[in-house]
Amino acid sequence: MSISVLMPALSPTMTEGKLAKWHVKVGDEVKAGQVICEIETDKATMEVEGVDEGTVAQILIEEGAEGVKVNTPICILAAEGESVADAAKAPSPPKPVASQPAAAKADIPNTKGQPKAEPAAPPASPAPAAEPEWTGKTQHMTVREALRDAMAEEMRRDPQVFLMGEEVAQYQGAYKVSQGLLEEFGAKRVIDTPITEHGFTGLGVGAAFGGLRPIVEFMTFNFAMQAMDQIINSAAKTHYMSGGQMTCPIVFRGPNGAAARVAAQHSQCYASWYAHVPGLRVIAPWSAADAKGLLKAAIRDPNPVIFLENEILYGQAFDVPEDPDFVLPIGRAKIERPGKDVTIAAFSIMVGKALQAATELAKQGIDAEVINLRSLRPFDTETIVASIKKTNRLVSVEEGWPFAGIGSELAAQMMEQAFDWLDAPVKRVHGLDVPLPYAANLERLALPQPDNIVEAARAVCYR
Amino acid sequence: MAKPATKPKESAPAAPSAPGDAEQLKRFYRDMLLIRRFEERAGQLYGMGLIGGFCHLYIGQEAVVVGMQSTIQLGDSIITSYRDHGHMLAAGMDPKGVMSELTGRSGGYSKGKGGSMHMFSREKNFFGGHGIVGAQVPIGTGLAFAHKFNGKANVALTYFGDGSANQGQVYEAMNMAALWKLPVIYIIENNRYGMGTSVERASAITELFRHGEAFGIPGERVDGMDVMAVRSEGLKAVEHARAGNGPYILEMQTYRYRGHSMSDPAKYRTKEEVDKYRNERDPIDHVRKLLLDQKLIDEAALKAVDAEIRKTINDAAEFAQHSPEPDPSEVWTDVLVGA
Repeated sequence: MSISVLMPALSPTMTEGKLAKWHVKVGDEVKAGQVICEIETDKATMEVEGVDEGTVAQILIEEGAEGVKVNTPICILAAEGESVADAAKAPSPPKPVASQPAAAKADIPNTKGQPKAEPAAPPASPAPAAEPEWTGKTQHMTVREALRDAMAEEMRRDPQVFLMGEEVAQYQGAYKVSQGLLEEFGAKRVIDTPITEHGFTGLGVGAAFGGLRPIVEFMTFNFAMQAMDQIINSAAKTHYMSGGQMTCPIVFRGPNGAAARVAAQHSQCYASWYAHVPGLRVIAPWSAADAKGLLKAAIRDPNPVIFLENEILYGQAFDVPEDPDFVLPIGRAKIERPGKDVTIAAFSIMVGKALQAATELAKQGIDAEVINLRSLRPFDTETIVASIKKTNRLVSVEEGWPFAGIGSELAAQMMEQAFDWLDAPVKRVHGLDVPLPYAANLERLALPQPDNIVEAARAVCYR
Repeated sequence: MAKPATKPKESAPAAPSAPGDAEQLKRFYRDMLLIRRFEERAGQLYGMGLIGGFCHLYIGQEAVVVGMQSTIQLGDSIITSYRDHGHMLAAGMDPKGVMSELTGRSGGYSKGKGGSMHMFSREKNFFGGHGIVGAQVPIGTGLAFAHKFNGKANVALTYFGDGSANQGQVYEAMNMAALWKLPVIYIIENNRYGMGTSVERASAITELFRHGEAFGIPGERVDGMDVMAVRSEGLKAVEHARAGNGPYILEMQTYRYRGHSMSDPAKYRTKEEVDKYRNERDPIDHVRKLLLDQKLIDEAALKAVDAEIRKTINDAAEFAQHSPEPDPSEVWTDVLVGA
C-alpha cells in the first residue's frame, strides 16, 4: 500500500506555505525520521521528516511551489515490497484526514467555532439543605478557639490530615490559631515551614495528589499571592484537566482583608479573586460557629477549599454547638436577622457591621434582613432571591474593592434572577477603590462602616 | 552534612555481560523506539491538523526516561513538565490513550480535556504532565512528602528541564526536601535550550548538577544519551533517596532534535549541531549497535521489533483519529468532586 505524504502545518494557524526544497528524489529510500523536504511560511522554515519507511515513488509538488495548502499530498512513497511504478500509479487516498473529522458526524454536535445555540447550561446542582436550628448545648468561645478545635477534631478523626505553614507549630501560630496542636499531634502532623509560600503551597498540592489531606495556613492571604499559580493552575484545575482522575483535597486558610493599621500590602480582601475560579470552593465565615462548622466541612471536602478568616474576628466570642459532629453545609448562606424592608448581604467581618447597621435602621423604622453569605463559591443565590422576594431591596456589603467585586456579582445575579422583584437598584457598599492607607482616619474612611450601610439601606428604601 | 556534589565522571561504555542484561538492553531498545516512533507520528498528526495547541516532542531524549524507569519499583511516583509523552509511555501508559488525548478525543487519558501537556495515570503513578515551567517540582516534592508521611519506602522521580532550573520555586522545594530529607530525585533534563535560550545565556552556573549545593544536595552529571549510564547513575540516586538520605540531583546531558514545540523552527542553533547529535550520539542507534556488535540480537529480530512497534503506533494513531470527540456534556463534568 503506497503512502501519501501530506503538506504539514507548522502551527495551528498555518493554512498554506511554500515547498522550499526537496531533500529526496524519486527512487530514494526514506527512513522514518529522515528529513525529506523543507517548507517555509512568512514566519518560519521547517524540515519535514518522513514518518513511514518507503521509496519515493512520485513527487507531486515541485520545489519552489508557493501557496501549497496544508494537507495537500506532496509526494508518494512506495511501501516495502511494492514497486515504485505501481505506487505512483495508484496512490492510496491520503490517510484520513480532514482536520476535524469527528465533528462531521451527525450525532456529535460540532463544539468548535461559534456555537449556534446557547451553550448548554451547567447542570443545576441543588443547594444543600440549610442546617437545622441548633437546639443542643452550646459553648461560648472565640473564633480563634473554634478554628483550633475544628482542626484538632478533624485531625483526631482522620490521620491523613496535617497542618503546615509558617509558625504553626512551635510558635503556636502567628495569631495563635494553632495553639496546642503541636503538643497533641507532634511534629509529623504540625509542620513549621520556611517562609516560602510558592514552594510549600506546591508541596501541599503534591501531598494532596499523593493522598494526604493538607491544611495549609497562610500567615495572611496577602502572602498567598506568591503561591497563586499553584493554587489556581495546580490545585483548582487538575481535577478537570485529568478528566476526573486526580483529586486535590486541600484547605488553604488564614486571615484575609484588613487588620488594623498594617497598610496596603497587608490589607486586602481576596474574596472575589478566588471566587472567580472554577474548581475552588471559597468560604468566608463570620461567627465562631461558622468558623468551626465550615472549617470541619472544608477539611472533609474532597476539593481545594479557600478558607478566608479575619484577624479582627479571631478574638470575638460566639455561642458554638458543643457536639463534635456539628458540621455546616458548604454553599448555604444564613439569615442572621430576619426583616421585611431591605436585604443586606454581607460576609466575614462585614456581617457584624451589617447587624450594627440593622439595629440603627430599626430605630429609624426600617426592618432590615441581614444575610451572612458564608460561602462565596458555591454561592447561595436561592436564599438571597427568596429574601428579595420579601423585601424587594438589596444592599451588598464587602470590605474589598468595588470593581469586579463580590457585590458586582451579586448585583449581576439579582438582575438575572430577581429583576422583577426589585423595587430599587442594588446598592453596593465596599472599600474605597484605593490601596488601603495607614493613617487611622484615612483607614477608617476607606473601609465600610455601619453608617455607610445605614445610608445605603435608606437610599434603596427611598428614605 | 550530605556529601557535596561530585564532578562529572566519564562513564565507561556499559557492556552487558549477564543474560539478564541482554534482555534489559533489548527492552531499552524497544522502549526508546516506541517513544521515538510515537513522537514522529504525533508530529505528523500535528502537521495534519489533528493535534492542536502546543505539542512538545521528546525525540532525542529517550534514554533519560527509559533508563530512569528501570531504576524504580512499584509505588514510586513520577511527575514531569509538558514534554511528557515519553514519560507516559515509559511508565507503561497505553499509547492509544496518550495519542487520543493529543487529538482531543474521549478515549484520551483526560477524556480529551487536558491535551498534550496535561495527562495523568493514577494506576501508573504518573502525576502529570504540567504546563507551567517548574510547577511540577514542588508538587513532586510533595509526592515524596506523602511517601515519607505514610511511612512508605517509595521515592518520587521529579523531572524538569534546564529552563525550569532557574525557577525560584525549584529552590524553595529543594530547600524543604533537604531540610526534611524527602525521598525525591530531581532529574534535570538538560537539553541545552530553554525554548530558544541556551543554558549559557540563562544560568550563572551551567553545571546544573551543582544547583543543590546551597542545600547540601548531592548531584551527578550523567550522559543522558546513554541509557546504561542513566540506569547506573539513576540506581545510585534512587537508593540514596529510598534509604532515607534525602534528595538527589541528576543532570542528564541530553538533546532534543526537534524545536521547543511544533511551531519552533529552532533558528537559535546550527544544523551542524543538531546533525552531530543525531548522527553520532543518538541513544537508539547506540543501543542498536551494542545489540548487534555483541550479537545479542540479529537484524531479522530487530526488524521484528521495528514492525511490532510500527503496528502499535499505527493502532494508536488509528484509534486516536476515530475515538469520538468528548460528549458536549463533558464540558461541565470534573470541575469539582461530588458537585
